[in-house]
Amino acid sequence: MVVRQRRALLATTLGAVVALSACGGAAESSSGDTTLVVKTFSQFGYDELYAEYEASHPGIKIKEENIGKLGDYLPKLQQWLATGKGAGDVVAIEEGILSQFVAKPGQFVNLLDHGAAELKPNFLEWKWEQASTPDGSKVVGLGTDVGAQGMCYRTDLFAQAGLPTDREEVGKLWPTWDAYLATGKRFKEAGTGAGWYDSSGGLYQNILMQQGDHTYYDTSNKLVIDSNPGVRKAWDQTIEMVKAGLSANIEQWSPQWNAGFKNGTFATIPCPSWMLGTIEKQAGPENKGKWDVARVPGEGAVRGGSFLAVPTQSKHQKEAAELVKFLTSAKGQTAAFKSKNNFPSSPQAIDDPAVQGYTNPFFNDAPVGKIFGESVKALKPVYLGPDNNPIGDRVGNALLAVEQGKLQPDEAWAKAVDDAKRLVK
Amino acid sequence: MTQLRHADPLPPVTTPVAAPPEQPRTGWRARLSRAEVTWSPYLFIAPFFVIFAVFGLFPLVYTAWVSLHDWDISGAGAFVGLDNYVTLFNDPDFWNAVFNTLGMLVLATVPQLLMALVLASLLNQKLRGMTFLRMGVLLPIVTSVAAVGIVFSQIFDRDAGMVNGLLGLVNVDAVDWRADKWSSWTAIATMVNWRWTGYNALIYLAAMQAVPRDLYEAATVDGAGKVRQFWSITVPNIRPAILFTVIMSTIAGMQLFTEPLIFGQGGFAISGGSLRQFQTVSMYMFEKAFRDFDYGYGSAVAWMIFLLITLLGVVNFLVSRRSR
Repeated sequence: MVVRQRRALLATTLGAVVALSACGGAAESSSGDTTLVVKTFSQFGYDELYAEYEASHPGIKIKEENIGKLGDYLPKLQQWLATGKGAGDVVAIEEGILSQFVAKPGQFVNLLDHGAAELKPNFLEWKWEQASTPDGSKVVGLGTDVGAQGMCYRTDLFAQAGLPTDREEVGKLWPTWDAYLATGKRFKEAGTGAGWYDSSGGLYQNILMQQGDHTYYDTSNKLVIDSNPGVRKAWDQTIEMVKAGLSANIEQWSPQWNAGFKNGTFATIPCPSWMLGTIEKQAGPENKGKWDVARVPGEGAVRGGSFLAVPTQSKHQKEAAELVKFLTSAKGQTAAFKSKNNFPSSPQAIDDPAVQGYTNPFFNDAPVGKIFGESVKALKPVYLGPDNNPIGDRVGNALLAVEQGKLQPDEAWAKAVDDAKRLVK
Repeated sequence: MTQLRHADPLPPVTTPVAAPPEQPRTGWRARLSRAEVTWSPYLFIAPFFVIFAVFGLFPLVYTAWVSLHDWDISGAGAFVGLDNYVTLFNDPDFWNAVFNTLGMLVLATVPQLLMALVLASLLNQKLRGMTFLRMGVLLPIVTSVAAVGIVFSQIFDRDAGMVNGLLGLVNVDAVDWRADKWSSWTAIATMVNWRWTGYNALIYLAAMQAVPRDLYEAATVDGAGKVRQFWSITVPNIRPAILFTVIMSTIAGMQLFTEPLIFGQGGFAISGGSLRQFQTVSMYMFEKAFRDFDYGYGSAVAWMIFLLITLLGVVNFLVSRRSR
């Protein structure tokens, strides 16, 4: 009986979960080199930069540990920080969770102590401020990319449906989201069997980020999900699309979604710049040239974007801070852009002809530097409050329930608002 | 479940060496040898208790401590007493998760144990290739849970899944398995059943082989058929094995986590469906602690799971005692 109990206790106990998963972390290589462990999610495109840095810094080895989904990465990151072990030397932080770290900056090295102050002109001003404490005395992380928006589409499905395939003309099809909806209806009538877009959650997120300077929270961190007209507008716009039957109902980041890029299950997907790397990876080389990028409907806005930070638990804080400065430099950002299209947050990199003139061979040589660059120029920073991501998850679930036919739009909206209020309370 | 059986090998039974009786020793030597006789058994069983204290008892008590606080990512906050538990009792998402867990527990345990009984009695016959068949039923346990979850998630996929394909052959509409409680529970219970039926069958088989043959011979002489023999002789005689499997399945079922998590899709899979159709209590605990970063609340959920398992264990025990 004791044995059985022990197992029950073990597995039901949070402490045990933490104890089990906290293994693994910074490793010291046997040769006496310093190994810096970099934790990332999705695609950061740093492989060549690591090689270059290792070559110019003898005695430094870099090991990247990547987790595919941001949703899987976040709980891990929290565990590493809470247990004081496993976060390695450099961690990537997505903008949606950054604000809670800025509010409690103690877990990260203040990069101002490592000479970051002089780098301020190297970043878009709001990007720098996002990672600074309000009094400006601490900087938690340095910006990597900004999620400039675009709209990716399948040229072969567009051709089948009798729509133009040239990206200039495609962009003219949808100056607004209403026009995007109308084009979707045309596409659906053509009967290709594919969905117009992948899932309502992602589409909603893109529309939402175009609705002004804040979303679920106002800048004093008060929850305004039900009083901010922008949120409701994005929701209603998305519901129109669901009602028209345009969604392929495939959840983002699911295996079916990954396969959808290959199989052409959906014709368009709102794609922030950082998503291009994912699309290329999932669609595979055999689909080279079938995907293309056009301008996004509506006003350009940011969706996503990340920072690099050095956790205080790192044993090599100085070396790690140097690496962060290198990776987030204009040169580093340009290289990451060329590798995975993560769009730079450094004005110097954005104006770099290498970025402006860059065309992506996988996407029919689309001039992604120019397309995303235009979107970034129109960019206004959007303030995201402390529980932005969990609230976004709940609104996404409510939209999914509408797609599944389980809730009426009004019921789903009420549920999303109620869930958000219960979460924040 | 398998690792249990070898987790704690009994310490070797050693007879404490008695002091040689012939010559009277000085006082401290005699005392030492008496102490050895008295204390050495405790020393032998100590490793288990030390490990249990470190990995079992400490986390348990510590979790209880955390659950009494407003504890977030930055560490311990204010002591809030039982506030977390009060909130928990009024939390519809928690009760939904309890309901889901119990539902899947029933769907996964009852058919599983019945199938295991039938399978065991079949394996208890004289068959050709006996060893092969007995090993065969064990194979699913060797498979990793994650692999089972991934494969079955594809089998139960809405657009390209095998089950919907087969349903299509008999003109049944495709089912969106993740959209409803009944369908998602069925899919998840199928994974659990597939994995554990053989394991339970082997436990039953071992118990069945210890049932004296002459009982069956006497029953045959009295004219009882195979089915009657099964219910009147086999089942009552393997009752302890059945009780063991019921308790083990209950404990495992209350902690169901990996299968529904992998079955769920996308970045917010931990919510177990758009309306939390298949979120279990373990998933809810994880969501609260490691997604919403409310460690105090997550710990309160963890303690509720522990209490629920204890409660169900006691119920199992009482039911089995009454029916003895």
